[in-house]
Amino acid sequence: MPLLKNQRFIDDFWFQVETLDHIPAHTPLLVSLDQWQQHREVLLRHAVPLGLRLANDQPPELVTEDLAHFTLIALDFPKFTDGRSYSYARILREHHGFEGEIRATGNILRDQLPLLQRCGFDALVVPDRAESEGWVAAFSEISVVFQPTTPIPSPPPEAVTPSEINYNNIGFPS
Amino acid sequence: MYQYNNADHQLVAERVEQFSSQVQRRLNNELSEDEFKPLRLMNGLYLQLHAYMLRVAIPYGTLSSDQLRKLAVIAKRYDRGYGHFTTRQNIQFNWLELEDVPNVLAELTGVEMHAIQTSGNCIRNVTADPLAGVAADEIEDARVFAEIVRQWSTLHPEFSFLPRKFKIAVSAAENDRALLRSHDIALRLHHNDAGEAGFEVMAGGGQGRTPVLATTLREFLPQAGLLSYLEAVLRVYNQLGRRDNLYKARIKILVMEMGDPAFAAKVEEEWARIKDGALFLPEADIARIKADFAPPIYEGLDDTDPALVADLAKNQGFARWVRSNIDNHKQPGYGIATISLKSPNGIPGDVTAEQMEIIASIADQFSFGEIRVTQKQNLVLPNVRKCDLYAVWLKLDKMDLATANAGLLTDIVACPGLDFCNLANARSIPLAQRLSSRFRDLEEQHDIGKITLNISGCINACAQHHTANIGILGVDKKGTEHYQITLGGRADGGDAIGTIVGPAFPAEEVDGAVDIIISVYLNLRQDGETFIATVDRLGLEPFKEELYALA
Repeated sequence: MPLLKNQRFIDDFWFQVETLDHIPAHTPLLVSLDQWQQHREVLLRHAVPLGLRLANDQPPELVTEDLAHFTLIALDFPKFTDGRSYSYARILREHHGFEGEIRATGNILRDQLPLLQRCGFDALVVPDRAESEGWVAAFSEISVVFQPTTPIPSPPPEAVTPSEINYNNIGFPS
Repeated sequence: MYQYNNADHQLVAERVEQFSSQVQRRLNNELSEDEFKPLRLMNGLYLQLHAYMLRVAIPYGTLSSDQLRKLAVIAKRYDRGYGHFTTRQNIQFNWLELEDVPNVLAELTGVEMHAIQTSGNCIRNVTADPLAGVAADEIEDARVFAEIVRQWSTLHPEFSFLPRKFKIAVSAAENDRALLRSHDIALRLHHNDAGEAGFEVMAGGGQGRTPVLATTLREFLPQAGLLSYLEAVLRVYNQLGRRDNLYKARIKILVMEMGDPAFAAKVEEEWARIKDGALFLPEADIARIKADFAPPIYEGLDDTDPALVADLAKNQGFARWVRSNIDNHKQPGYGIATISLKSPNGIPGDVTAEQMEIIASIADQFSFGEIRVTQKQNLVLPNVRKCDLYAVWLKLDKMDLATANAGLLTDIVACPGLDFCNLANARSIPLAQRLSSRFRDLEEQHDIGKITLNISGCINACAQHHTANIGILGVDKKGTEHYQITLGGRADGGDAIGTIVGPAFPAEEVDGAVDIIISVYLNLRQDGETFIATVDRLGLEPFKEELYALA
C-alpha cells in the first residue's frame, strides 16, 4: 500500500513487526502496543528508530511516558466512520508536543484527508488506486478553516502555510 | 442579520464543488453506497421511502426574505411545490433527484445557504431561541453565541465522525423556547452573583428510545471559555462515547454510564489544558459578532396603539389571533407574530412555494425582511409594528396562514412519519390532520388554553413526544398502526418526560382518546389552571379511568 506523506507518495521504509523472531537489521521498526509493552528492552537494544501502532481503543494516554522513544505513531481507522483517532492525533501533538510522524492507517477515504491533516496527521497509508485517483488534490478541496487546530511540525514546501489560510475571525491567529 | 464574510462564501462554494464530485463518484460507482452514505448525510441528504430528501440548514432559525424566496424557487423547480419546516429550525425538501442536488446546493449558495451538517454523526446545525433578539424576556441575543458556535463547529476536523449526531442549542432569555434539556449540549446565558453574563452548560439530553433530560455540567461558564469548553466536551465524547451500539452512542448514554460528576470532571480536566489556548474567546471577537446582529432601526412608538385597540374591538377573529399568536417584543409598539403552519387539516410545518413568496413580501413590508423558524414548526415575523398587525393578519388570512392556534391544541408538532420516513412504524401526518380538523373550533381551543401535543411516527421521537403535554407515539402492533399516549411531558423550562397512560390505541381510536383527555381536563381543572398543571396536580389516574373505562 502506498504511503502519502506530506502530500507526496513515497516509499514506506518502516518494517511492520509481526513477530520478534524475524526482525531485519538497520530498519526502523513499527510495533504494536502489546509488543512494546512485552519486549520493550529487546526493542530498545536494536538501536533503530521505533514506531508504535495504536488501535483505536488504545488512547495515547496509555503511553505518554514512553513517547520520547518513538519517531512514528500509527493510528488506526478500522472503519472510516470511527473518528476516535482524530482526537488521539491532536492530543499527541497539542498536549504532548509529539513532533514525529503521525500516520493514519486502515479504512481511509480521500474525503478525510484535509481533516486528518488538520488534526496533525502528516502521513497516510492509502489504497493502491490513490495516486491514479488524484488523492493529493483532495487536500485542497476546502481551503477555509473555521477553527484553530494542530500545527503540523515543519510543513512541507507545497503545504498551505498559515498566512495563506483564510482564517475566519474568531479567536484565531491573524 | 449576520452577513457572510469571504470565508463563509468560499467555504460554501468549495463544499458544493466537493459534494458535486462526491455525487459524481457515487454515480460512477467509485464510491459504494456504504461509503457515500456518511458523506451525503453530512451534507443533509437522506434516502427516504420514495426519494432523496435534502435538509437545508437555517442556522438558529433566522431567514431573510430573499432566502425564503429562494426556498420557494427550489420547491417549485426541483420539488413538488412545497417545503417542510422541521423541529430543528431547518427546512426539508422531500422529492429531489440525486442528480439535481448539486444544482440545488449551488442555488442555495447564492443566498448564503447550504445543507452542511444537517445530518450525519457530526455537530449538527446549531439551534437557538427562535425569538432571540426581539423577545421581551431576553437577557442577550442568543444568536450571537449560536453564530460563534456555528463557525467553530463548521467542518470541524476532529468532530466530523463522532459516535452519533450531536445537537447544540443556545438560549439567552428567561423562558426556554429552544427545548434546551433535550439537547446533547445546551447553553443558557444568565447572570452570576457578580452580575457577569455567562452560560449554564447542560449536557446529555436527548429524545429517542431513551429519553433523557440534560443535566447541568457547569453552573457558570465565562463567555471567554465558550468554545474551549465545547471542544473539551466533544473531545471526551469522541474518545469515550460508545460505538458498539447505535442506540447507545449518544452522549446521554456516556453521561449516564459514567455518572454526571465523573463526566464533568473529565471535561474539566481537558478544559484546564486548553482554555487559555487558541480557542480563548476574547471580548473583542464577541463584540464583532454582536455588531452583525445589531437590531434594526425601530421607530420610537407608544406601546399602546389606538388603531390596534380599535381593530381588536371590531374583529373577533383578529382579536383571537392577537391573543394566541402575538408575543411581547422588547421594543415598545412592536409585536412578534407567529405564522401558524397548522391550519385545520393541514400538514404541520408544510409551506407551499406561493405561501413562501407571500410571507417573504409581508416580511419585507412589515418586518425588516426577516423571518424566523421555530422548534414548533411555525414561522415568525419578529418585528411587526402593532399598528400594522391588522394588515398583516388580513394578508396572512388570505393565504390560510392566520390560524389563531399558536401554543394551543392544534399547534401540533409531527414528524414526517410513515408517509416519508423509512424508520417510521406509523403515520403521523394523517393523525395530525384528523386532530387539527376535529379540534378546529378556535373558541374551544382558546378555552382549553396552553397545551402541547406532539406526534412521533416511531421511537426515534423526532417530534419530541416525550416532552409534550400529550405525546403520541406510533408503534407497530402485529402489522397495524397503533399509538401510545404519554401525558405530563413538558419542555418549557420545568422539563419533564411524560408517562405512558396505558396500552396503545388503534389508529381509529386515537382522536377519541385525545377528546377524552381534554374532557377530563376541562371537567377537573381549577380556575385558570393549564392542562399541564392539572396533570401535575392530579396525576394520570383520572385520565386512565376515562380512557380505559370501556375496556
